[in-house]
Amino acid sequence: MSNATTRTGWRFRQPSVIPGFGLTLGFSLAYLTLIILIPLSGLAWRSAALGWADFWRIALDRRTLHALEISFGTALIAAAVNVVFGTVVAWVLVRYRFPGRRIVDAMVDLPFALPTAVAGIALTTLYAPNGWLGKPPMALGIKVAYSPLGIVMALIFIGLPFVVRTVQPIIEEIDKEVEEAAATLGASRFQTITRVLAPGLLPAVVTGFALSFARGVGEYGSVIFIAGNLPNVSEIAPLLIVIRLEEYNYAAATAIAAVMLALSFLMLFVINLLQSWSRKRYG
Amino acid sequence: MEVRVANVRKEFDRFPALHDVSLDIRSGELIALLGPSGSGKTTLLRLIAGLERPTRGKIFFGEDDASLKSIQQRNVGFVFQHYALFRHMTVADNIGFGLKVRPGATRPPAEEIRRRASELLDLVQLSGLEKRYPAQLSGGQRQRVALARAMAIEPAVLLLDEPFGALDAQVRRDLRRWLRDIHDTTGHTTVFVTHDQEEALELADRVVVMSQGRIEQVGTADEVYDTPNSPFVYGFIGDSSSLPARVEDGQVWLAERPIGLSAPDVPAGPATLFFRPHDVELLDGCGGCIAGTVVNSRRVAETRRVELEVGGDRQRVEIELPIDHAAANKSRIAFRPRKWKLFPRAD
Repeated sequence: MSNATTRTGWRFRQPSVIPGFGLTLGFSLAYLTLIILIPLSGLAWRSAALGWADFWRIALDRRTLHALEISFGTALIAAAVNVVFGTVVAWVLVRYRFPGRRIVDAMVDLPFALPTAVAGIALTTLYAPNGWLGKPPMALGIKVAYSPLGIVMALIFIGLPFVVRTVQPIIEEIDKEVEEAAATLGASRFQTITRVLAPGLLPAVVTGFALSFARGVGEYGSVIFIAGNLPNVSEIAPLLIVIRLEEYNYAAATAIAAVMLALSFLMLFVINLLQSWSRKRYG
Repeated sequence: MEVRVANVRKEFDRFPALHDVSLDIRSGELIALLGPSGSGKTTLLRLIAGLERPTRGKIFFGEDDASLKSIQQRNVGFVFQHYALFRHMTVADNIGFGLKVRPGATRPPAEEIRRRASELLDLVQLSGLEKRYPAQLSGGQRQRVALARAMAIEPAVLLLDEPFGALDAQVRRDLRRWLRDIHDTTGHTTVFVTHDQEEALELADRVVVMSQGRIEQVGTADEVYDTPNSPFVYGFIGDSSSLPARVEDGQVWLAERPIGLSAPDVPAGPATLFFRPHDVELLDGCGGCIAGTVVNSRRVAETRRVELEVGGDRQRVEIELPIDHAAANKSRIAFRPRKWKLFPRAD
């Protein structure tokens, strides 16, 4: 449980008497530099070789903008859907005992384990206009596979475990007495959920959202099968990068990558801020 | 409000937690449910609150059958051992919660709720802490907030489940006195669960002693201490020593000798003799007494506790002596209880 001392701002927090602070901090910094920072600065450096004018021309190109819009838009929608239904799944898995619960619990992890290309092919077969799940919406004029909707479906599939696995332990920790207290005070079940339980789950839900979203933005394998990959319609940014690479247009590829990196970083940063704010409040 | 528990039985997965319990609680009374763990005291409290449903039997609030009402409708204030505060709400929001969740027609205006919360904070002596979060309070303060929250809804009954169980000894003593004051001011019918007999005896108007899912005795502190009605109550309330004895010709016999206690009203046969370790008279000679060899002697606060082995089968009993008493150095002590009670034994 956090307390008032979290308000130390930018000051170094006094390390505890247990030794190892210097060593572990040094190691962490070196490791992060090696694994994350150097490759990313390589990316920035490569795209910087373009010069500002060219960089903006590529970044603001109509096809690039569309691809980015599709990537971030579908990832956001999929993460939002996952937050709602993932939380429900986590709730059911924690709260109820039913035959087959362990199997359902294990099934949640399948999208983690399945090679994304396999998932993509399976989903495409299912959601294709003549597929099992694609046919009924097709009758209503809604095309699932080979459209942005198909991308959303694939990203929901990929992102679900992130939400379930982050929210599940927090639901397990919910004190039954808190619910009972709300009930004795006259709160209905709905009021208990919206006013007492949901705020406590918020930090975990936000984390799940961030993870699911980040995974969705970067997803490539499963999406390229189901998307149809029509430029300006259902082409995702990672695919555009691959296309540029195949054209040996490394500068354009890194430019798009740099934009994606900047946008992702910005969004995750905002989400992190939200999180630390809610952690501080709800301790 | 009066609360009447009528022949309530509660089973958990076929395992009986309460057997046919009946209890009348008068309006405005402060009642303690006292017993060891597993005695069913918390189950009884939760049944009154409506947090559990009785397997059989009914619970009445006044004339109304509360068994037919949901928890929300019962209007009880429940205080949990581990506070169960809403940690994402400020202290004021916690206290006001019960009023805020009322349906529109009966919900007081926001201003009124705020006023009420700060009134209750004054009552529980936490004025000015409205804006704090539970994580920023000490254990004792949290429990007082929990009590204020329970009282905010003007409950028909106030139920407290081991309210001071998680607090340290000094805070417990303070809160105990303070809870008595609050009860005297507000006059809520209050039931609290405790396994601490000192707490129960000091605080409650009447104590309900429970064991193994049954009520053993209901009475004032004096009644349960001075006239316990069962071996369990004698052993559980206060310090006690016991010896296997026998009744013959209206005399109490220990092994093969009468010990100078007459029990004309007790039927002949095996029995257990109970007495308080501090309420014994020491004797010099032994023509009708309990005599034993000292095996252990400990200083406890203002007395010396001496453990004796009595009789051929070396039953151990404890008595208390003044610390400077000469007998403390002897290796053999003879005594006779001043006040004692016999319970027939079935063997």
